[in-house]
Amino acid sequence: MSGGDSQLWEVFVRPRRGLSHVHVGSLHAPDAQVALHHARDVYTRRQEGVSIWVVPAAAISASSPDEKDAFFDPAADKVYRHPTFYHVPEGAGHL
Amino acid sequence: MGTPGCNTWMVYGNDFGTDQSLLDQVADAERALAEAAGRDTPRAALDMDEAASQAYFDAIVAAEQKIEPRDWMPEAYRKSLVRQIAQHAHSEIIGMQPEGNWISRAPSLKRKAILLAKVQDEAGHGLYLYAAAETLGISRDELVDMLLDGRQKYSSIFNYPTLTWADVGAIGWLVDGAAIVNQVPLCRCSYGPYARAMIRICKEESFHQRQGYEILHTLAHGTPEQHAMAQDSVDRWWYPSLAMFGPPDSDSTHSEQSMAWKIKRFSNDDLRQRFVDMCVQQAGVLGLTIPDPDLRWNEERGAYDYTQPDYDELMQVIKGNGPCNRARMANRRAAHAEGAWVREAAEAHAGKQRDLEPVS
Repeated sequence: MSGGDSQLWEVFVRPRRGLSHVHVGSLHAPDAQVALHHARDVYTRRQEGVSIWVVPAAAISASSPDEKDAFFDPAADKVYRHPTFYHVPEGAGHL
Repeated sequence: MGTPGCNTWMVYGNDFGTDQSLLDQVADAERALAEAAGRDTPRAALDMDEAASQAYFDAIVAAEQKIEPRDWMPEAYRKSLVRQIAQHAHSEIIGMQPEGNWISRAPSLKRKAILLAKVQDEAGHGLYLYAAAETLGISRDELVDMLLDGRQKYSSIFNYPTLTWADVGAIGWLVDGAAIVNQVPLCRCSYGPYARAMIRICKEESFHQRQGYEILHTLAHGTPEQHAMAQDSVDRWWYPSLAMFGPPDSDSTHSEQSMAWKIKRFSNDDLRQRFVDMCVQQAGVLGLTIPDPDLRWNEERGAYDYTQPDYDELMQVIKGNGPCNRARMANRRAAHAEGAWVREAAEAHAGKQRDLEPVS
């Protein structure tokens, strides 16, 4: 039929100046230029963005959800990374 | 209890007010999604066997959290979602045809521009949904193949013809209206990518329904001939629209399991009732009549009694014997075949560009 799936791209849109690009979905396209055009037509028909990134899905390396707990474990026992860990002495301002 | 024309409390529970607009309901679902993301369901162990995985899956669903693509899920859940999301995507794509039929004959430039934008939205909705289905491990090519060779279905409603301009209005009001009643609860579906796609789609569907309603309102308040044309289209689309909610609960094959998995939230009959109750009041404003002599308010039930659609006809249309099944599929296959050279040329161009890139 269509002669093989064309490449899968992940689409990120910056909604407005001052906000970061956010993942909005994916699409198929043969190259980056076509992917950008498709992304504009599929994901920004109502002025949802001022800037688009497209990234080949194959280029994304992801952590595994199955190893989520072990992977993020090093952060779990370091409560001293949060400011609320510390006792602020009475009378100390601007802390 | 409910007042005539308003029984949303029955269908949506307490978190949906009785007078909420569609967009409010979608916004509520979006908030619920964000809240669900804030909860965490702890895993029993790192290495889970099948039974433990199933228990974890059940716990996530019970906690109203979302199942995400790389999570363990029962094979039947995956299959059921692929079937439902694909059918939904195919419906959006085939659904471009009945309305596309009127783009060249829209009565004004304004109506033509609006209709073009709407048909383009349908294509976009199809693509959001194909992307959601692909997260379940099926390829786009497989999905397209299954539509083209008839292994997967699309909504039976699109096998009815659009005979007059008023039909474009009736599709917006009744067909998109029925689709919205079906789809708003899907914004709370347990599968994350489907729920997120539905939130996006429902926000856009609101424009579709309103533009249809405006077309009918304009015709219904125009010349006697225009009024008659509007009434004729409502007469023809009413029962097929009721049939969009699927067979009655007693005959529905997929419903119970889908409800348990929180893919589906309400039964076919509950959603159909909500649609009828909504339409009666809207038809009054239009000055058009719903073609059902037995339609009347039932004080006891707090809902309208109405005549069921012809489910034998629905089965016939699903089997391929509706007025337009063959034409719709022939058009779809032709469009796909005629676009093949464009896809091939784009691939060839991309390949050449890659070859030309300097090696760094």
